[in-house]
Amino acid sequence: MHLQFVDYTIIVIYFGFVLGIGFALRGRMKTSEDFFLSGRSIPGWITGLAFMSANLGALEVMGHAANAAKYGMFVNHFYWLAAMPAMCFVGVFMMPFYYGSKVRSVPEFLRKRYDEKTRTLNAFSFAVMTLLVSGIDLYAMAILFQRLLNWPFWTSVVASALVVAIYIYLGGLTSSIYNEVLQFFLIVFGFLPLAILGLKAVGGFAGLQAKLPNAGYAHTWANIWSANMNPMGINWFGTIFGLGFVLSFGYWCTDFLVVQRGLAAKDMASAQRTPLIAAVPKMFFPLMVILPGLVAISYEPVRQLLWDPAKNQFNYNQALPAMLGSLYPSGLLGIGLTALLASFMSGMAGNVTAFNTVWTFDIYQTHINPGKEDKHYLNMGRIATVFAVLVGIATAFIVLKFNNLMDYLQLLFAFFNAPLFGTFLLGMFWKRTSAHSGFWGLLSGILAAVGHYTLYHYHKINYPSDMAANFYQAIVAFVVCFVVTVVVTFFTEPRKEEELVGLVYSLTPRPKTAHLPWYERPGILAIIILAMCTVLNILFW
Amino acid sequence: MGFDIRWPIGIIFTIYGIVLMVYGLVTNQEIFTKSLGVNIDLWWGLGMLIFGIFMGALAFRASRRSQP
Repeated sequence: MHLQFVDYTIIVIYFGFVLGIGFALRGRMKTSEDFFLSGRSIPGWITGLAFMSANLGALEVMGHAANAAKYGMFVNHFYWLAAMPAMCFVGVFMMPFYYGSKVRSVPEFLRKRYDEKTRTLNAFSFAVMTLLVSGIDLYAMAILFQRLLNWPFWTSVVASALVVAIYIYLGGLTSSIYNEVLQFFLIVFGFLPLAILGLKAVGGFAGLQAKLPNAGYAHTWANIWSANMNPMGINWFGTIFGLGFVLSFGYWCTDFLVVQRGLAAKDMASAQRTPLIAAVPKMFFPLMVILPGLVAISYEPVRQLLWDPAKNQFNYNQALPAMLGSLYPSGLLGIGLTALLASFMSGMAGNVTAFNTVWTFDIYQTHINPGKEDKHYLNMGRIATVFAVLVGIATAFIVLKFNNLMDYLQLLFAFFNAPLFGTFLLGMFWKRTSAHSGFWGLLSGILAAVGHYTLYHYHKINYPSDMAANFYQAIVAFVVCFVVTVVVTFFTEPRKEEELVGLVYSLTPRPKTAHLPWYERPGILAIIILAMCTVLNILFW
Repeated sequence: MGFDIRWPIGIIFTIYGIVLMVYGLVTNQEIFTKSLGVNIDLWWGLGMLIFGIFMGALAFRASRRSQP
């Protein structure tokens, strides 16, 4: 990859804007609500695009391009089977509880619905997970810097971390959300030409199908029926229940990283629309990551770049950068690399803002130093931001030891998000669920995931691929959490119904939407999104 | 809260659009063999410029409206 002056200029302008947004917002951070929740004042389209962008980290972009090159269109399931229904569900059914109960974080919701110990368990597990994940984006960013500027890995990590730390330190969640919107558009404009030029390179979609290494690569569903038929080694049950239900609902509905964007919205309708607005670009994102991944493995010049003769295998993780380097001339190359940087930064920033909020409200204010004035917690949020970035730097070195990033991420989700969804599902939709049961269910779910991982790690149980193991680990964790919560509930006192108003579906008045035009009603939007998504599934069956 | 995010988006895309278009016109055209003979800098630059102006126009309209 040879960069010209124009490419460097484009990248430098980007850094100028990102930091400029942080500085412009610096004076507006007066209270802790401003810093952690943007004063609950942001319009739905902005939080929606930020919701989408916070999820568009390195793994989403480089990881799914790599998976597409490795597994073919099967990877579409991460979008059309996993993300779409879960995003509609969180918008229509769960956002009213999160936003309506005025909680400041997901763990705080657990305190209201269950009790303090459930919240603390979740706050700690979430904090650990977020820090472990944030290193991934930092790692990816540092590798990019290292290639572009020939800086050593260590310097590259620190430089990348510094930029993110500065803009969050200055402008809190608002700065992160504003930058995520900017980053979203840069990502779209940076990667869309890859789809256009990529298709042109292989002679359109028909040419792509003819050149793919295996005819099954061009299908989303056709190979799902048994584990032997697809390279991921997962059958329909593991895919639909493990990925489509447990992992995806666990992530989209309970991960504070994305939910936080909805909480920043200015009113209930905007909060509900946040994930639905995000779902529309998300639905078409396979065009920008999966299609280039497929082209990478079919277009001879790029295919050769990916081949690693020393290891006698393809280096799939490089699929997207190799496509950029091969098809983009100087000028556009600068835009493409900016898009890549933007995606890493938005992913990293999402983790940092989620961490500093959970740390400050759910751990620091609750257990370490309660009852201080608001200013104190605002400063704590800034300190936590710096701390999160420093730990992120440390985790970047852990990630350096892992060879498959996607497996690392899904493994963490299977530990922490999968059981949590059981706790939420029962808590929100079954009023009998008792206060104690949440903690024991969540704890046993996490322990079950640890147990499953240990057995798999020492080869006591075997799966065809690491990804299959992660899916089944999620199923085990979810089922254990669900069953334990139900059983404990029957042995403990139920909570009084009047305490659960606004927290449980059957006791909460539905948000009124009749006064809104049809295109602003969450239910109607969700139906349209699911219908469009069904059409895409059939088109690319 | 804060300023209208469409301003910085409009400005950065306008700058990028102009930079790409100018570069696409003045550069040695041989670099476009990479992009399969298409002067992608010129065309994509034009697209980014239009998007930038559009975002700027939305922000401008909103700022006019909010003033009494």
